[in-house]
Order: sequence, then C-alpha cells, then structure tokens
Amino acid sequence: MKRERTEVLVVGGGPAGLAAAEAAAGAGRSVMLLDDNPRLGGQLWRADVRDAQSPHGREVDGRRRRLAAAGVVVRMATTVIDAEAPTRLWAHCADELLHLHADRVVLASGARELLLPFPGWTRPGVFGVGGLQALVKAGLDVDGRRVVVAGTGPLLLAVASALRRKGAKIVHVLEQTSRARLARFGLGLWRTPSKLTQGLSLMLRGGALPLRAGAWPCEAHGDPTLRRVTVTDARGSTSTIECDLLACGFGLVPQTRLARLLSCEVDDGVVVDALQRTSVPNVFAAGELCGIGGHEKALVEGQIAGLAAAGQLRSARALAGSRRRALAFARRLARDFALRDALRRLVTDDTIVCRCEDVPWSHVRDHTDARHTKLTTRCGMGPCQGRVCQPALAYLLGHGPDRPRPPLRPVPLGVLAELRTTIEGTAR
Amino acid sequence: MPDHICIRVDGVEHRVGAGTSVAAALWNAGVRAFRVSPSGAPRAPACGMGTCFECRVTIDGRPDTLSCQTPCREGMEVRTAHEA
Repeated sequence: MKRERTEVLVVGGGPAGLAAAEAAAGAGRSVMLLDDNPRLGGQLWRADVRDAQSPHGREVDGRRRRLAAAGVVVRMATTVIDAEAPTRLWAHCADELLHLHADRVVLASGARELLLPFPGWTRPGVFGVGGLQALVKAGLDVDGRRVVVAGTGPLLLAVASALRRKGAKIVHVLEQTSRARLARFGLGLWRTPSKLTQGLSLMLRGGALPLRAGAWPCEAHGDPTLRRVTVTDARGSTSTIECDLLACGFGLVPQTRLARLLSCEVDDGVVVDALQRTSVPNVFAAGELCGIGGHEKALVEGQIAGLAAAGQLRSARALAGSRRRALAFARRLARDFALRDALRRLVTDDTIVCRCEDVPWSHVRDHTDARHTKLTTRCGMGPCQGRVCQPALAYLLGHGPDRPRPPLRPVPLGVLAELRTTIEGTAR
Repeated sequence: MPDHICIRVDGVEHRVGAGTSVAAALWNAGVRAFRVSPSGAPRAPACGMGTCFECRVTIDGRPDTLSCQTPCREGMEVRTAHEA
C-alpha cells in the first residue's frame, strides 16, 4: 500500500476535472488528478487513436502540458474504490492500493449513457451512441458498415456525422423526441452563440443526414449478431431495416456513485451551490455529475470548483454569469429531449434487463425498489454493479438508486484483502 | 512509436494499429462473443467506456479484464469466450 498526500484531489479527467485541476494548481495548491481511463479527456474529449491531430486530441495535449508545468500529479487507470472519510479515499491502480489524503476533493466523475432495454438490445452489434463513438475513436473500423443511430439528444447527429467521416453508411438517425421539440431546441441555439456555431457546423458537415424525429427502435434482430432493426413511431407504424451496427443511447445519467458513498446530497445529480460545494464539507463537484449540460457547463463548473477548492472565492464568484448561461442550456436539453412514455413499453416478458446476470423483465417488473430487486432476482449483482440496469429501472419503474457499497468497482481479491487488513490495522 | 503491433487472439496472430484498444481490435478481427452470458448468449461491447463490463476477456492470463479500457501492447495474448 502507498500513501499520498495532496491539497486538492480531483477525481475525473474529463473537461470538468481538467479545468478544476488547472484552476486549483494556478492558485498555488498541490493537486493530484485521478481517472480510471487509460487516457485523459473523459468521454467528450476522447482522443482518436488514428488521428493525432484531432481537435480534441490537441485540446487535451495542451491541457496535459499545462498541468505538468504546474506540477499537477496525474494518475491514469486509477479508480477510487472506497472512502475512509470524504477527504481520505482508497484507490486502486494496477493491483496497487493507494491511500489518498487531501484537504479538499473535487468530484468530476462525469456521466454515462442511459441504455434502455428492448428486445434484442443485448445482441453483439448493438452499442450505445457515445459507446460506438468511443470504440471508433479507439480504432473500431466502421468503413462501409450500415449504421442506425438512435435514441435522443444532440449526441446523435454529432456521432452520426463523425461515423460518416470514418466511412460508415448512416441508414437512419432516429430521434425519439418530436419534430416540434427538436425545432424548438434548434431555435434555442441562437441564444448560445458557441453552441450555435457548433450546431450549424454539424448540420453543414452532416449534409443530408437521414434524420427522422419521433421514431425509435423497438427490436433488434440477428442470428445472434445484429442483422436488422425494427423501427416504430408515435402512430405505431413499423418498418424493418437491414444494418450492421445499431448505436442506441437515450441520453446521459450522472455518475453519482462516489458522491453518494461520501454522503453528498443527490437529486437529478449531485446537489451543489454557486461555488460547486456539495452538502459535505470540503467536497466539491463539477460537470455532468451535477446535471447533464455539455462541455461548456463542465468547463466553467470545473474552473469554479478548482478555484473554490483553492480558497479563491472571489475569482470563483466572477464566473457566475457563464455558469448561469450554461445551466440555462442544460434546462433546455432536459426539456426538449425528455423521454416519451412509449419507451417504457418496449420491454417484453423475456427481455433481459440485467445484462450481467441475464435477469428478464418478468422477474423484476413487480419489485418496488432497487435493493429488493437485487436481493430477490440478482438484478444488479453482476460485475457492472448495476451501472446499466439501475438507471434503466429508475426510468422504467421509478426505482431510486441502491446504496453504493464498496468496492465501487470490482478489484482482485488480493486488493480487497489488503484493503481490509489495512483498515483493521488502522482501527486498532 | 511503430504504426502497427501484433497481438494474439485465441492463439491467432493479428496486426493492429498502434494505440487501438483491445475491444476495437477484437471487433475488427471478427470476434462477436467476447464473453458468454449465464444463459449462453454471446456478448460484445456495448458502452465502450468501462461501464457495462460486456467486453471483458482474459488478457495475458488476467481474467475479466475490460478490453475497452485496455490499449493493445506488442505480444499481448487475448482469450475470448470462444476459447474458454
């Protein structure tokens, strides 16, 4: 076991975490940044392994150099697994157990995709939208493949045009929200100039992307690998289309597990004040885990959190205007891409809900909370620890999340044993 | 850094682009059963970012390693459910 001490500990290396680390280091604090991915940038700024000159890759490289120059210690492939106290965390990296002791902690653990169960969603070839994007950036080849992009949110068009640049044939972009709501969202972009240029350039680059609003996939067919997708809409008309890959994501959910382990108050995301302080003293939170709003919100919240964690409250407060504008955009996102009720009725009795343990819908639909479901059906007992099925059941059945239990990610037994011995040794 | 590296997937050698994740390399090599679910269904990556655990394989003898979070390294030995 290794002990490390820092003034500010940032958990998460996406836009919010990078901004927080830079701001705190700029204010003269010693800073350590952890991320469980092999590379910095999080999901939004994931670099393309086949394109060193991609804008995201350059952005992250620039930030990495600035962090190094400011003396920030960056630890990749490192995961927080348990907490002794809100500012004393246990982390795991390559079978090494780390005890991290900080004065202030900034949580920036981001979001994951909401994957909703429907018949066939477990077939090889069915991915999340951000999921397929991430795999393609990591080298998955889509050249000449027929792809259906489905679900909801601005990510759909962004990913569809990125996949097309990699040679994919985009068969359909299915946006579950209605044409009217989509138009309202498009008009709203005029109020956020940088978002506007982003949106416009997307549409221009996208050219004639085959976008269909008010439609969604209701079944994925294959033998067992994906071959066809059945699509439906509000009028109940259906059609079946041939495709090689289906990217399907129904928006993002904040990753609040660590925040909840530290007893931070959470509603739709981690609850924070205007200085990004959580309900727990010395614990700050920034970015998507406080509510979904995109990278501009993440950057300004990260900067505020980093400054506030470093004690620079006046500079942190000076960013209040940008934060307000970013939050207004987040509210429009939530309103215009709200999920329609029909998506709750895609599951059939034998649709798998828990992918790890193969628990079907018929076993879980009558349960009233996540803990009870888990204890009686094994739903959420697998290695993903409910990361996929719990948000799905929260949407389908209104279940609140189960209490997070350490270790927050699966670790080898040896690490668990070492953690246990160390904790008991400390207690004595 | 070389442009390409070699890894072995279920005993067969594959040339992959440097920096490629194991998950992407396996999919490109035609692997569709990264793991097999308790009821016997083949599973492949879904989330692409270390959340769903569907992409887990044995890498250099280490079981249940997330292939989407692991970059390929020269000489790496990967075993999928196909071989298990």
